[in-house]
Amino acid sequence: MNPRLADWLALLRPGDFATLAGALAVCVVSALLLWRGGAPDKAIVRAGGAVFAELSLAQPQRVDVPGPLGITRIEVEPGRARVLSDPGPRQYCVRQGWLSRAGAVAICAPNEVSLSLSGGAADYDSLNY
Amino acid sequence: MTPSTIEIHPTADDRRVARLATAAIVLTIAEAAIPLPLPGVKPGLGNIVILIVLLRWGWRDAVWVGLLRVFASSLLLGQLFAPGFFLSLAGSLTSLATLGVAKHLPRRWFGLVSLSVFAAFAHIGGQLALARAWLVPHDGVFYLVPVFAAAATLFGVINGLVAARLLRDRIAVPAGAAKR
Repeated sequence: MNPRLADWLALLRPGDFATLAGALAVCVVSALLLWRGGAPDKAIVRAGGAVFAELSLAQPQRVDVPGPLGITRIEVEPGRARVLSDPGPRQYCVRQGWLSRAGAVAICAPNEVSLSLSGGAADYDSLNY
Repeated sequence: MTPSTIEIHPTADDRRVARLATAAIVLTIAEAAIPLPLPGVKPGLGNIVILIVLLRWGWRDAVWVGLLRVFASSLLLGQLFAPGFFLSLAGSLTSLATLGVAKHLPRRWFGLVSLSVFAAFAHIGGQLALARAWLVPHDGVFYLVPVFAAAATLFGVINGLVAARLLRDRIAVPAGAAKR
């Protein structure tokens, strides 16, 4: 071993390694407990202003949502969701791609369908247009 | 010169505490010039002095040096009685109290690095408790706990290693000092 490094390591006693391990454990546990707010737990699909379906983000699935223009297709994968296809003219909600954070929203306004992710601590309290 | 009506006769102990506190204050002021990304995350180099004082001269002197450092450095930085002053006072009090307990750990197993890490965690603990109770009465302050904990771990280890090395190489510990 590098002798200069060994010189520093000689200052550490056995209990110091235990203290260090405990300190690192506090860092990791506090990060896991306090920073999981961004992970969504379910996807909420609304059609015409009413909740159409609440989808678990645990397993992959596809849902067809009828609207005034036709069928909006929602795709769910573990931990994320997207609007797969939409009959609207501008395709904004489709081009948003995958949503993966709590509070994220994709709105297909022409077909009156929206997809939002809910979770413990959402990034937004509410959105208004 | 007009003779002063108040005579102060500093003892050798007073002079020693003043000299050590000066070292801690200088390190704190120097550190205040380092730009830091987040308020509250700083190396705490003055704690190196406090650790050395604790081992070399005992807990009472460490408390004196620690509190003199808080008051004098915030006075010099224009922070006296500003929120930051109370935060560092709360951090210093909790970390000095923790050191008072932790110094009784068996020295054979626990070195200065352990003391330093305990003191650093107590420091952020005291600061966060005061911040939560007074400055930011909302649990949002705890969102930063992992950052503060990581900083306390890193700087606690570095300060402890530096203090241990200075004690070993530069400062002779007289026999009997460990008894205090």
